[in-house]
Amino acid sequence: MLAPGHSPSHSPIAIDRLVKRYKAVTAVDGISFSIAAGSCAALLGGNGAGKTTTISTIMGLVEPTSGSVTVLGAKMPDQRHRVLHRMNFESPYVNMPMRLTVRQNLNVFGMLYGCDDVAGRIRALSDEFDMGEFIDRQTGKLSAGQKTRVAVAKSLINQPEILLLDEPTASLDPDTADWVRGRLEHYRRERGATILLASHNMNEVERLCDRVIMLKRGRIEDDDTPAGLIARYGRSNLEEVFLDIARGTGEAREAAQ
Amino acid sequence: MSVQSPAYVAISPRRVFAMLLRHWYLMVSSWPRLLDLMYWPAVQMLMWGFLQVYISQNAGSPFMRAAGTFIAAVMLWDVLFRGQLGFSISFLEEMYARNMGNLMMSPLRPIEFVVALMIQSIIRLSVGMVPVSFLAIWFFDYNLWTMGLALAVFFLNLLLTSWAIGIVVSGILLRHGLGAENMAWGFMFLMLPFTCVYYPVSVLPSWLQVFAWALPPTYVFEGMRALLVDHVFRADLMLQAFALNAVIFAAGVTIFLVLLRSARREGTLLQGGD
Repeated sequence: MLAPGHSPSHSPIAIDRLVKRYKAVTAVDGISFSIAAGSCAALLGGNGAGKTTTISTIMGLVEPTSGSVTVLGAKMPDQRHRVLHRMNFESPYVNMPMRLTVRQNLNVFGMLYGCDDVAGRIRALSDEFDMGEFIDRQTGKLSAGQKTRVAVAKSLINQPEILLLDEPTASLDPDTADWVRGRLEHYRRERGATILLASHNMNEVERLCDRVIMLKRGRIEDDDTPAGLIARYGRSNLEEVFLDIARGTGEAREAAQ
Repeated sequence: MSVQSPAYVAISPRRVFAMLLRHWYLMVSSWPRLLDLMYWPAVQMLMWGFLQVYISQNAGSPFMRAAGTFIAAVMLWDVLFRGQLGFSISFLEEMYARNMGNLMMSPLRPIEFVVALMIQSIIRLSVGMVPVSFLAIWFFDYNLWTMGLALAVFFLNLLLTSWAIGIVVSGILLRHGLGAENMAWGFMFLMLPFTCVYYPVSVLPSWLQVFAWALPPTYVFEGMRALLVDHVFRADLMLQAFALNAVIFAAGVTIFLVLLRSARREGTLLQGGD
């Protein structure tokens, strides 16, 4: 299932018949899709749908059982070192070292990602994410919302062409979450970056994403724009579509149309 | 794609330096961590030093009377043990901090990570051992540094063994998570009785001596006794130790890469738990 008008060979992310099995458990069951350059796509699905496994294979952290994952022309995970400096990610499954200050953490990651002017980049991110007040505080002593801002800032340290986000606004209050979404939108527009997002916040997906890939039990259940899904399922918002698909009621409704 | 990204670099000293900087920030932010590096080597050295003083006053053998055999043994043992701990704990710090996913997703290459951990183990070892070596001069009038070049050769051989084991333990941790943490602390103690730190290899039963001579540190501790008791530097022993170390170091790196691949297959790189 490819995005309209985009061939996998020219897409920054192309997944072809990806299967990932952990012993008897099939986490991802033969999915194929590609993401258009400069677009923002969401991977949605309930717990165990295969979102994290799919994102992990794109990052090269997990080796596929079969099928292929190509990122910026590099086969993952074997050729990951050709492209990892052009990607970045943010996930609640990882932290940054808590005893290091925000500035120290960003300095280390800036160097790891090969940024030319790390100090300048940290200054720019500090201004952009309003981190000046706590940039020299230990990361472990920040509030959950501040930590999320730092994690998103870290994910932009190398100005990545591909940004993978797992629940980017989890634990943020609505105001800050909205502000972070604004920064991500601005970054995508300004840099022409490609974003793949996993989220359980449907408002976030509706606002940020121009495409939604619905996963269920490791397979693609549906793939469309948010507005297209809402219209086809006859619902008023994406959350209702999500519930339809998760509970299996959506398929019947769609088939009847 | 219009975005300019930093150029890809095959092996980057800057990334190695970034990892050293990360651990430097951690070390200087926590005085208990610094103190811990010196605490156990100092306690060990004092305990074995006083024991040697007592035995040398009450025994007649040249081995027992040779100045500093126990103190030198315990300090060289600490080079071996704390060299591996310095490597493994720096690795464990990334797991405790849940930072491994960040590193594995970054352009940091496994070889750069390993080199950074090796340098970090030297830094941690120096912070712990250098003050203790001066403490030995103060307490027991024993100066480890008078061994000169021999000390450098002993040190290098022991470090190579400690790194080889540290690399294997890190691979096991990557593959099996923090459930394997105790291996980082206990693996080296398996070597303690067989590498003959405090007694000659001849003490072991003959069948066990074959096993002892398969371990590079055995050559170092025998070489140390030859130097302190017989005042002879055994270059032959050191060359054999280097040869064995080359084999176990290569084996360690191979095992690490196999375990890393397995962790990628089993999806354990993002997990830090048990």
